[in-house]
Amino acid sequence: MKGNFITTKFNYILGWARKFSLFHYPFVTACCGMEYMSAACAHFDIDRFGAGWTRFSPRQSDMMLVVGTISHKLAPVLRTVYDQMTEPKWVIAFGTCTVSGGIYDNYAVVQGIDRIIPVDVYLPGCPPRPDTVLDALIKLQEKIQSQEQDWRWKKRK
Amino acid sequence: MEKKKIIDELKQAFPEKIKDTSSEFGDDAVTIDKDILLDFVQFLRKKPHEYTMLLDLTCMDYLGKEPRFEMVYLLLSMTGKHRLKIKIPLPEKDASIQSLASIWKNANWLEREVYDMFGIRFIGHPDLRRLFMYDGFEGYPLRKDYPLRKCQPRIRLRK
Repeated sequence: MKGNFITTKFNYILGWARKFSLFHYPFVTACCGMEYMSAACAHFDIDRFGAGWTRFSPRQSDMMLVVGTISHKLAPVLRTVYDQMTEPKWVIAFGTCTVSGGIYDNYAVVQGIDRIIPVDVYLPGCPPRPDTVLDALIKLQEKIQSQEQDWRWKKRK
Repeated sequence: MEKKKIIDELKQAFPEKIKDTSSEFGDDAVTIDKDILLDFVQFLRKKPHEYTMLLDLTCMDYLGKEPRFEMVYLLLSMTGKHRLKIKIPLPEKDASIQSLASIWKNANWLEREVYDMFGIRFIGHPDLRRLFMYDGFEGYPLRKDYPLRKCQPRIRLRK
């Protein structure tokens, strides 16, 4: 039996599986999208961290990148897209505009997307550099690994 | 040469209708009454001036002054290689002006933007609706008396 099995905790291995298979949905509205593109493409290669699959359907994705300014006109759309994502789901607020509204403190812009949907990782920068994006992704992976996992047949306490 | 010429010709063609002119850095501007706007631009569109292109159409809000608003039209003559700025003061009580949408197609959306942001009514506009702001938005956000941080969310915010 030597070397034929490993012991682990189910919670741990589920988190391990989830953190390295993040399918992301890019909700791109503004100029931070350029940094998202360079982070996702070959130079910085987000696929090294297991988040290479871009899904343009919220129903198939479990990490949403909200990239760019969100106006009040767009807020119901963002809320709908978030509601369409299946559990478990995580959100990264990408760029200063999504974190706090940024330089747009006026009639049109939502002052931080956490007023609309819950946010897991805040990624400031105007725009953030691609390596900052990777840093935020690693932060999110640490969060996924350490959190209490939820699954379908989980016994409720 | 050209600069002086157009203003002088306009003064001849519309005597006593031109309130003010200026010519700074090759940028000619005329201030006119709003009731002659259509005749004025039709005159400019024809030969020999041929100001055939409406570059932009916007508005200013001088809150506290009378008249409060000022419409600004930027015209370009491609044959004459010259630009002209037309300014038209508008009082707050009667903030309306003739639409140019029948003359220039792009004036349609530009006027809708000005209506959206400043609440200027355009008489004769084919489809005067808001352009940027959503249905149910109240007020005109680029007016100086609109509160700086007043938001009108469409959904309930979390906090």
